[in-house]
Order: sequence, then structure tokens, then C-alpha cells
Amino acid sequence: MYPNEKLSEEKVFKDPVHRYVHVRDKVIWDLIGTKEFQRLRRIKQLGTTYLTFHGAEHSRFNHSLGVYEIVRRIVDDVFAGRADWDENERLLCLCAALLHDLGHGPFSHSFEKVFHLDHEQFTRAIILGDTEVNAVLRRVSSDFPKKVAEVIAKTYENKLVVSLISSQIDADRMDYLLRDAYYTGVSYGHFDMERILRVMRPREEQVVIKRSGMHAVEDYIMSRYQMYWQVYFHPVTRSAEVILTKILHRAKHLYLTGYTFQTPPVHFQSLFHGHAQLEDYLKLDEAVTLFYFQQWQEERDAILSDLCRRFMNRNLFKYVEFQPTNEEMKKLMELTTLFKKAGIDPDYYLVVDSSSDLPYDFYRPGEEEERLPIYLLMPSGELRELSRESTIVDAISGKRRTDHKLYFPKDFLDDLSTKRNVKKKIKQLLYE
Amino acid sequence: MLFEHAKMLKALAAVGEIVGRKKLQKMIYIAKKMNFPFYEKFDFHFYGPYSEELTLRMEELCNVGFVQEMREKKGGYYQYRYALTEAGEQFLTHYNLDMPDLDVCLRSLNEQSARFLELVSTILYFEDLSKDEVKEKVFTLKSKQRYTEEEIEEAYLYIEQLREQAYVKS
Repeated sequence: MYPNEKLSEEKVFKDPVHRYVHVRDKVIWDLIGTKEFQRLRRIKQLGTTYLTFHGAEHSRFNHSLGVYEIVRRIVDDVFAGRADWDENERLLCLCAALLHDLGHGPFSHSFEKVFHLDHEQFTRAIILGDTEVNAVLRRVSSDFPKKVAEVIAKTYENKLVVSLISSQIDADRMDYLLRDAYYTGVSYGHFDMERILRVMRPREEQVVIKRSGMHAVEDYIMSRYQMYWQVYFHPVTRSAEVILTKILHRAKHLYLTGYTFQTPPVHFQSLFHGHAQLEDYLKLDEAVTLFYFQQWQEERDAILSDLCRRFMNRNLFKYVEFQPTNEEMKKLMELTTLFKKAGIDPDYYLVVDSSSDLPYDFYRPGEEEERLPIYLLMPSGELRELSRESTIVDAISGKRRTDHKLYFPKDFLDDLSTKRNVKKKIKQLLYE
Repeated sequence: MLFEHAKMLKALAAVGEIVGRKKLQKMIYIAKKMNFPFYEKFDFHFYGPYSEELTLRMEELCNVGFVQEMREKKGGYYQYRYALTEAGEQFLTHYNLDMPDLDVCLRSLNEQSARFLELVSTILYFEDLSKDEVKEKVFTLKSKQRYTEEEIEEAYLYIEQLREQAYVKS
């Protein structure tokens, strides 16, 4: 029977984070070989972060294998044989873990913002559509693709299964924190995952952690906090993201207003028209996107070519801190007017970026229970929310720090050969 | 710039006060599903569609003093009340955000209970499924809420009314 079919010999992938990723199930091996999964090799896990931390070239392929491996260790080594764990859900967990990021596109975050896309809808479309992934899953059973899609969408009836892939302490986060720390080369971000896995226990609704493992979980929460500010929210990465976003806006604007491109945006057309088709979407990876950016450096449109040169050659925008108080907003209005006077289009060259523009989050204890918090399993059998037991977690999950920055091309302002006085005034306002 | 923040303030200005984080989340999600221009990304969570982006945006607005968040103890948990401050009102004057249809929609939503909005938003989240499949989802995923067939029918009717309103006025 295909669902239980094992490879004649275990296959392993060498992995710098987990040492080895082990595959015995034929279904998993077949899924890894599909073209939709292989496409993830061409999509970086951290988008533009490589422009700040040059090691961060790892892909969503690496990460997806990593999440699969963590879930495999949990279900095979920790949960097997325990009450509350249904062994029939094993393959479903493994497939959902492996495929959870399948719908991510190139520089996902920026594309989603500009074109109002949702990678999770594409994940669902790939799993349920006419694809190689769907063909493999259907061999398990006719309703298996739907189940996998539901686990990833967090709408599957068995919440324990969902919580392994998606909760405040799940395999996805554990892998990306460790992997991103490894590839960026930062020293924070590490925690004792082996220990956390050993103290995880299945409960009806979610995974809980034995009280004795609290300190390992504290470390994980701290790692999440530090990675957020030191890596994910790095101001230079955000600058690259701002430029990338503006390139997409500019290209779309030019396309819709009839501009004749030297290199027409063939792969972007359905996105520009607002109805991205799965077939087109799957063709658009980061190699293709960067090809266009490379070519568009030569376009006649001054804004598009300048933004592409900035992105390709890492000549990024500079920034100042910006608190959007009413006083600062007045200043921003004044700056907008002055940018126009200086001949620098503020729609593309004066940008406020906020912490809420990022897809990462902190641990939330879960007031009103919007998000299920992390529960500790006390020796008495009682469950207690983590921040009630841990003063460290309580301290960092209280009032949260938020942040806004104002980005602009400093080199344009430093060039005083034109509009000297206006530019001087702009700099004065920015740096006062 | 900061347009999405301004829209959030506009939503608060339309209703005066929103009681409960869950209610706020569901109101914005439902308005988004009625095609009002909210672009926060929502995922399905324990209590239905939830947006981390929206939570963070509200925190930013509180931190900068445009929104007042009041915390009050209610039974075993804390409940939050959100209202626009004077500084928030002033901030809104920088934007031309005249959306009377949105105001009407949000006022109607604010009159509903959080429990009912949770049901409405869950139905909208699964709107691609058949009615029977949606019911099954509600009964399995929201078993603890013990929604009745009548409540589900009422929610469908309410969605229809909201759509008519949004359609007629647009």
C-alpha cells in the first residue's frame, strides 16, 4: 500500500542545522521530487536579507526539508505510542510539514504587499490543482490532498496536528529561527531544540511542554525576540525591501499606462492585471525576477532604471527614525513638497516603513485567546500559560516595541549640482 | 504613506469605540470580505480569522498615542477597549478618507456581539464551500461555541444584508 510504502533503503540529506534529514516514506520521497517542490530551491528563505547578511542565501527548499525533519522526529521519536496521539495522522503531519511553504513566490513578502496576493492560497491551489504534488497526494487517497491543505490552512479538525505545523512553538518557527541564525551567522537565535522536542507532549487540542523544559522554551522565546530585531527587522534589509516594492509598483504603473518596455514584463502580466494564474505564478521565481531587474537597469524610464540599479548594485536608501506624531507628519508633508520641488518623486523616493509591514511576530500570551499561547504541563497535570510561570517571558511579552523609519536616497540629496537650496533644506529637515 | 494606519483610525472614528480585540479583528475581516480596501493578511486561528498584522498595527497606533487602549478585567481574562484620541483625530486630517459606505458597514458590525461576528467571519472564511460543508466546519472547528442551526441561518442572512448594502451604495 502506497501510504505505508517504505524506501528499500533510508535516504538522507546532509543538513547544516539538523545534521541529517531522514526519509523512509515513499510518499515523502516522491513529493520532494515534484517540480513544484523543486521550485522552492529558487526562492530564498529570507528574501532581501542576503544584502545585509551575505550568508543568507538559503532557500525555502532547505527550510521545508528542515520542518519536515523536526516533525518527523516529534511524531516518530517523541509522540509514538503516547495517549492523545493518533498514529494514523503521522503521514498527514509529515506531508503538511514538507509542503507548508509550497505557495511562496519570489521575494514573497514584497510581491504579496504590492499585488495583494496570499501565498497560502497558492499553496492550496498547488496541492488541490492539476500538479505533480497533487498526483502524489492523490495516490495516498482521494481526500488526502484536501486534508493536507486543511492542516496547512489551520482548518483541519484535529488541532493537535495543526499545532505541530503552526502554533506559537511549532516546527516551522523552530526550523527558521535556527536556520536563519546559522546562515546569517549571528550568534543569537540558538536554542536547545533537542530538549524542547523531548519535553513536548501531545494533548487533545495542541502540543504542550513539560514544566521541566521551561528554560529551553524561554531560550526559544528570547531567540525569537532577538532575531526579530537583529535580523528580520534589520534597517538595511528593510531598505532593500522598500526599493524592491517600489520597482514592482513602478513596473506595474508603466505597464498599465502603456509604456513601451525594452524588456517587456511578460512574466508579470497576470499579476499587473490583478488575476494571477497558478501556471504563471509557478514560472515566476527569483532567478526570473532578477533577470528583469538586471535588464530594466537599461530602461528609458529614469525611475525604473534607477531603482533597479540600486537593487542590483546594493546602493540602498538611507533612513532616519520616524515617529508618526502630528508634528512629524507635518514635517513629512513639507518634505513631500520639497522632494517634488527638487525633482525627486516622493511616491518612489520618500517612504515610511513600519514594523507592522513585516511578516514576523512576537510571542503573545493570548489575551482573549485569539492565539493559542504556549502551555506548560505542571507536575500536577494542570496546564499553565508560559508567561505566568516565566518572569523572562512575561517581561518581553508585555508592552511591545514598535518602530517606523523614513527612507530616502541620500546620494540624490548629496548631489548639489542641481536644486542646491531645496536639497539643503530637505537635509536640514531630515537630520534636525 | 501610513495609509493603512489611517484607515484603521478611520474605522475607529466611524464607530467611536470597539470593545474587545476579537471584535475588532472580526469587524475588519468582515469589512475586507465586503470588498472595503483593507489589506491586512488574515489566517484562520482558534477564534476564526485573525491578523497578526492588524494586531501589530494597533500596537503601533497605541504606542504613538493615536489610539487609546483600555484594559479591564472581565471574569478570568482581560478585555480591551479601543478609542480614537484627539491626536489620532488630528492625524486623520492629513488623509482624504471619505468612505461613508464603510462607516455604515462598521456601525452595523459594531452593534453585533463578538460571538456572532466570530460566526459570520468563519462562514465568510469558508465561503467557497457549500452551505452544508460550511456548517460542518462550524460544528467541528467551533464545537466549543455550540452554534445552533438558527444562528448559522441568521449569520447567512446578515451577510446577505451586508452585501446588499455594500452593493447598493457602491
